[in-house]
Amino acid sequence: MRRVLIWAPLVLFALVFGLVASGLVTPADRTVRSAMVGKPLPGLDLKPLLASKPGIATADFAKGKPRLLNVFGSWCIPCIAEAPQLLALKRAGVEIDAIAIRDTPEAVQAFLARNGDPYARIGDDPTGKAQIALGSSGVPETFLIDGQGRIIDQHIGDIRAEDVPAILRKLEAAK
Amino acid sequence: MIAEAGLAALWLATGFALMQVMLALGAARGADGKGASMVMKALRRVAIVQGLLALGAFGLLITLFVQSDMSVLLVIENSHSMKPLIYKIAGAWGNHEGSMLLWVTVLAVSGAGVALFEKRLATATLAATLGAQGAIAIGFYAFLAFASNPFVRVNPPPLDGRGLNPLLQDPGLAFHPPTLYLGYVGLSVAFSFAVGALLMRDVGPAFARAMRPWVLGAWIFLTIGITAGSYWAYYELGWGGWWFWDPVENASLMPWLAATALLHSVSVLATRDGLRAWTVMLAVVAFSMSMIGTFLVRSGILVSVHAFAVDPTRGTFILGLLGLYIGGALALFGARIGTVKQGATFELVSREGALVLNNLLLSVILGVVFIGTLYPLVAAAAGVQLSIGAPFFEKAAVPVGLALVAATACGPLLKWRRDQWRTLLGKLLAPVAVAGVIFAVAFALAGAEHWMALLALGLAAGLAVASVLPLVRRNLRRTPIAIWGMVVAHLGIAVSISGMAADSAFKSERLAAISVGQSVTVGPYRIELVEMRPVVGPNWSALEAHLKATRAGGTPFDLFPQQRFFANPPTNTNEAAIATKFDGQLYAVIGQGDGEGRWQLRLWWKPFVTLIWLGGALIALGGLLALIGRVRRERRDAENDA
Repeated sequence: MRRVLIWAPLVLFALVFGLVASGLVTPADRTVRSAMVGKPLPGLDLKPLLASKPGIATADFAKGKPRLLNVFGSWCIPCIAEAPQLLALKRAGVEIDAIAIRDTPEAVQAFLARNGDPYARIGDDPTGKAQIALGSSGVPETFLIDGQGRIIDQHIGDIRAEDVPAILRKLEAAK
Repeated sequence: MIAEAGLAALWLATGFALMQVMLALGAARGADGKGASMVMKALRRVAIVQGLLALGAFGLLITLFVQSDMSVLLVIENSHSMKPLIYKIAGAWGNHEGSMLLWVTVLAVSGAGVALFEKRLATATLAATLGAQGAIAIGFYAFLAFASNPFVRVNPPPLDGRGLNPLLQDPGLAFHPPTLYLGYVGLSVAFSFAVGALLMRDVGPAFARAMRPWVLGAWIFLTIGITAGSYWAYYELGWGGWWFWDPVENASLMPWLAATALLHSVSVLATRDGLRAWTVMLAVVAFSMSMIGTFLVRSGILVSVHAFAVDPTRGTFILGLLGLYIGGALALFGARIGTVKQGATFELVSREGALVLNNLLLSVILGVVFIGTLYPLVAAAAGVQLSIGAPFFEKAAVPVGLALVAATACGPLLKWRRDQWRTLLGKLLAPVAVAGVIFAVAFALAGAEHWMALLALGLAAGLAVASVLPLVRRNLRRTPIAIWGMVVAHLGIAVSISGMAADSAFKSERLAAISVGQSVTVGPYRIELVEMRPVVGPNWSALEAHLKATRAGGTPFDLFPQQRFFANPPTNTNEAAIATKFDGQLYAVIGQGDGEGRWQLRLWWKPFVTLIWLGGALIALGGLLALIGRVRRERRDAENDA
């Protein structure tokens, strides 16, 4: 018993050492992933932000075709950087819906006039509740939704040009 | 030239540290007699010179910062010629490389201190201790030279530096890291003593007496450093809290917990020759916690608000050093401790028994903090992402802490070796009564919601009474200073815990958006937003709110919270306005405006919150008294020996 106790601290330290060493070689992923990935979309029923487009309802996503759900704000700078890629995805035949976080119709109208309009629908989320339900922790984020209304992937941050092919591939695979 | 001289001093110090290890090996090998005493003399001198060289290198780095020498990379990255002088100086350790140099300097100077002052320890044990201290120093000199050189030059030099992070431009910083490091690294001496004692199989009262003042000294600095750091976070971050269970805070708490346990077990070893193996273990653990803390902070493997420049090579380097020193010491412990004879035994109900209980409870808290801090890493290894915050630590550590408060009340009332339950219970009558009354009154006032905090308040009151009982029926003028130290430190714990409990049970918080002329209430105060105005400082400009606070029947007073904008580097900070009253603090933070004339205002009324830091200061003062008492006693004994 005593012999075991004597060596216990060294063994304990070796365990901690191994743990810390493994933490060092595999740097932690600091992004906050949504727990909703792999699950059906939460129940959303967002009013249209603009008179010209419908709002967002969960039922619209279970119609057989995979779609993108983009979480954005007219006040968000990386959303501007991402706009050309969203337009490219739209040209490739992808349907993109959006949720505008804490925004106003005028500001979004101006944003779309300046940066192009890739969206089929825009839901209004004035308090950020829908964003939290999605498990999104910032803007922009883009969720890939399959034809049954299930979230299959989450893209955190702006979509770069090099991300576009992978997104198209995933949407294709979800068909 | 200065930078080159600094680097040269570091390399020379490395050479001397190497020499220190060789001489120690020689002293340990060599038999007694004239040769051994000459080697010992040389060893002492080498250790002292090594300390002076490190101190010199650190002094040269400060000189570079004071002169704003913009050809040195570290100065460029962390200073600016327009900065006030005090922050130029503080900039020298407000970064990774400079603070590591400070770390090593404390290490080397502590070693020099042992060489200079330690007179009574067996020669071979002292030699082994100095050798261990030198060996640790070599590793960290190498770390500085190869992975964190503070003296790197840049060619061509830029026109000016990038400035110091504004959060760090605060008098608190000029003083918080150096104190904390004196504590962290001061514990290296205890570690080296333990290694020396194990190597020479000399674990006994003499070793404990030699180690005790060093542990006490390091512990005092740690206590001051943690207390000051907590207050600094409280007023500088503007979050209204005083402890966030952040990994870096935990990294300072863990060595403190281990050192507190060590402080108590070392007195069992010194006085009664008991707890030999345990004391050696704690001495190793305490400094190991310091090193692990340093590693966790510098490697960036844990997410923390204390940002250091993160660099994987540095992480790997320090991890290697950790494996070498901690692993080595623990292996030595395993190999040698079996040969250390068991010390004196004692009854369960005795001073020793209470100290063992104190050690166990402190170890449990240490374990909780350690697991809570590292658990996110375990989870990450299993592919799960999570963070552990205050709810875990409070649930797991607070009940154990309260049991510890109760044990602290009992310990000093017990006799060494053997005592009676009945005598103890008799002495505890008054403290228990006071604790019960305070708890009942607080419960009647505040209700059941914060019952744990109210219990803490009652226990703290009981501890306050119990802690002065050792002075009862004693001739106060002839009471040893060390006893006074214990009384003051235990009283400090009671005071500090009262503050924590009062803050968590009775604080009120208010978040409001109001325009000029409107007012809100928080706790007993009504606060009016009188005016918003711009102000300028030496290297910042700010938007300042003028608040008028009124308490029923009291004279109104003003508060001026600010939102500061620093240009170099461009950053915003919140300067909270804090008004200290006899029964608490009013804490105000001004937030964003909404563009329509309303301003976000965050207010707290925190009853008796100042007791937290006052208690911390008392604990440190108690430690200081104990240290003075011990050193005087040792000196007297040394004179008697001679």
